[in-house]
Amino acid sequence: MWNYERRLEYPINITRPNAKIAKIIMSQYGGPDGEISASLRYLSQRYSMPYRKVAGLLTDIGTEELAHMEMVATIVRQLTRGLSAEELEAAGFAPYYVDHTAGIWPQAAGGIPFNACEFQVKGDAITDLVEDMAAEQKARSTYDNILRLVKDPEVCDPIRFLRQREVVHFQRFGEGLRMVQDELDSKNFYMCNPEFDPGCGRNQN
Amino acid sequence: MMMNQMNQAQLLHWIDMVSFAVVDITEYLDTHPKDEEAIKYFNHYMDLRRSALRAYAEKYGPLTIDSANPENYWSWSNVPLPWEGGSC
Repeated sequence: MWNYERRLEYPINITRPNAKIAKIIMSQYGGPDGEISASLRYLSQRYSMPYRKVAGLLTDIGTEELAHMEMVATIVRQLTRGLSAEELEAAGFAPYYVDHTAGIWPQAAGGIPFNACEFQVKGDAITDLVEDMAAEQKARSTYDNILRLVKDPEVCDPIRFLRQREVVHFQRFGEGLRMVQDELDSKNFYMCNPEFDPGCGRNQN
Repeated sequence: MMMNQMNQAQLLHWIDMVSFAVVDITEYLDTHPKDEEAIKYFNHYMDLRRSALRAYAEKYGPLTIDSANPENYWSWSNVPLPWEGGSC
């Protein structure tokens, strides 16, 4: 169950539309390392996570990612609203415009549609948490790339906030991985899968 | 500044700040559940968040369904949507 809050996690007020950078930033909505992938990855992985504290961490971070998805969509919306078809075309936005006008649709910057193959649910606690840590770093790199391309301070400010959250979540998932390892045989974490093999680990709860 | 002296934009900004503290410390507590200082921090910012959400709802309409208290008008649907941007 979720409740909606009628506010953004971090404020966004963009006063200078720019479809060229909207096309780039859109990747963090529906691209390979975007916020939809992040949210669906963690919120899907949690069901079979055998350690309640780690399943709770996946839930809370997955929930925050929903707020980040809304922030990226807001940035794209504010960068494209009020522009004419001619202005969108001049910014290289015509291929998106023809299918979606100025609506928000999940795709990568290169036009590849959002797809669940961009993330995994392996059903193995260590495998999934290592993927989650990699995902946070990949998203951090994408935000770094965006910050090299975008100079408008009204856009960079919320992008920097999102980048910082990737770093914090990397730290938290590292702690989650340690919590899983603390439940397993320290001589061989990989001898069984605690999400699948009965009796795997020292202190199953 | 006291909460009752804030205008709408300032109060929303305050809610964003104290709510962010709650989000961040929640995830920290998920992996450090015995950290007493962090629990104090959580309780402090959660109190500030609750009272700020209540104050905002009374003056400008509810940001959360739990702070909605409609009498004869459904103000929930009248509060600006967050992607609109603008003054606040």
